Amino acid sequence: MELAFYLSGLVAVLATVGVITGTSPVHSVVYLIVSLIAVALVFFALGAPFAGVLEIIIYAGAIMVLFVFVVMMLNLRADAERTPPLWRQPIYWLGPSLLALALLAALVALITAGDIEMAIDGELITARAIGLTLFGPWLMVVELSAILLLAALVTASHVGRRSDPGHSSTPRNAPNRGDTP
Amino acid sequence: MSWWTPQLTAIFWGMFQALVILLGVVLLGAVLTVVERRFLGLWQDRYGPNRVGPFGTLQLVADMLKIFFKEDWIPPFASRGLFLLAPVLAFASLLLSFLIIPITPGWGVADMHIGLLFFFALAGINVYSVLLGGWSSGNKYALLGALRASAQTLSYEVFMGLSLMGVVAMAGSFNMREIVAAQENLWFIIPQFFGFVTFLVAGVAVTHRAPFDQPEAEQELADGYHIEYSGMKFGMFFIGEYVGMVLVSALIVTLFFGGWHGPLLPPFVWFALKTSGFLLLFMLLRAALPRPRYDRVMSFGWKVCLPLTLINLLATGAVMLWVGA
Repeated sequence: MELAFYLSGLVAVLATVGVITGTSPVHSVVYLIVSLIAVALVFFALGAPFAGVLEIIIYAGAIMVLFVFVVMMLNLRADAERTPPLWRQPIYWLGPSLLALALLAALVALITAGDIEMAIDGELITARAIGLTLFGPWLMVVELSAILLLAALVTASHVGRRSDPGHSSTPRNAPNRGDTP
Repeated sequence: MSWWTPQLTAIFWGMFQALVILLGVVLLGAVLTVVERRFLGLWQDRYGPNRVGPFGTLQLVADMLKIFFKEDWIPPFASRGLFLLAPVLAFASLLLSFLIIPITPGWGVADMHIGLLFFFALAGINVYSVLLGGWSSGNKYALLGALRASAQTLSYEVFMGLSLMGVVAMAGSFNMREIVAAQENLWFIIPQFFGFVTFLVAGVAVTHRAPFDQPEAEQELADGYHIEYSGMKFGMFFIGEYVGMVLVSALIVTLFFGGWHGPLLPPFVWFALKTSGFLLLFMLLRAALPRPRYDRVMSFGWKVCLPLTLINLLATGAVMLWVGA
């Protein structure tokens, strides 16, 4: 289990590097999908297959499909291969890298300060246990996120509604010749 | 023979089962390509392929020979890595889903407690075969097919998950064996009829078969996402489609028709009979139904199937609480 954990962790890191360094948007998105699947494998190795499967279903299976859809719609292929990537110039990567380095130092300090007695013991967390926890002590969080999702749904329906020609803010000047009488 | 422990026997028996199931499914998928053409011929009042061998039984051999020896062409304008990856994904992701199908009480590859979710995950990954295949081909028609596939996926994947949650709630588990065991007295087709109907629709959409074959639509898109594929790469898309058909049929049988349960006959015969019944239904759908317009498929998914599954899930929960209380 430890070997699986470190191997999939390595794959996740390498794939994420591939996301950043890739020049073609579609290749970057594919690397991101690989990275998400590797993270799901990390969850599997930690004994949380439910979280791992949800990671694949929701992130790799649904959200990334949207990403791929948008990238395909924009059809950036020709442009992306012609122009050199901006990040190769130091002005673009120097600042963020310094900030990330500081974060890394803080992370390492925190990890080494705490006790690292935690081992990967392969204890299995079942779907039933997750359900009982979510709808037991964390019920309020579930309800609050439900309200948040409802608000998002209302917003999406408002943004995406078809504008009614009778109440439209922009008056139609041109007669629509294409329509049937 | 002291090193030969019972665990080792169990491991080898498990590997043997997995191999038999793998080969069986692939062969079944290959045979189905010919069987379907014969049945389509029958239903459409014409001869199917009937020239090679007695009654056209050797047509499969001829097809395989042709597909293996065809020129394997990769277009120079294609994005090579992804072009090679796409047919592998199409074939492997659906084939891997057979892990969770319990065929008889003793046969089945894996007995995972996340069972059903594993299928959803692999169905989610399977979509990328179409998307990447379509994009990497560098062909307008292939790209259009891939765009249609991604939009279609987003509209059916949501209600595919929801349509099975009623079954999961009634069985109290994602584990396929426990779901089959819960149907010993009553098949879930009766209490979960709307779940069955919506899952059937979603299942046809997963396999990209008529009437949900908008991504390939040969009349409009000249075969859509796999237009640039030839030889065995096309063969993997093609057999993958039939493997998907077998998978969805087996899933429907396991989830709604009691799996191997049935009187008199041995469990495997029942499972095979029920599964082949649904395979025939898939073929009949293709023979009988025209392809609806593309946007109608999506609005049908969002406006009919999604509310139906939500109402079904609510009603299931209400009835279960009422009966339980």
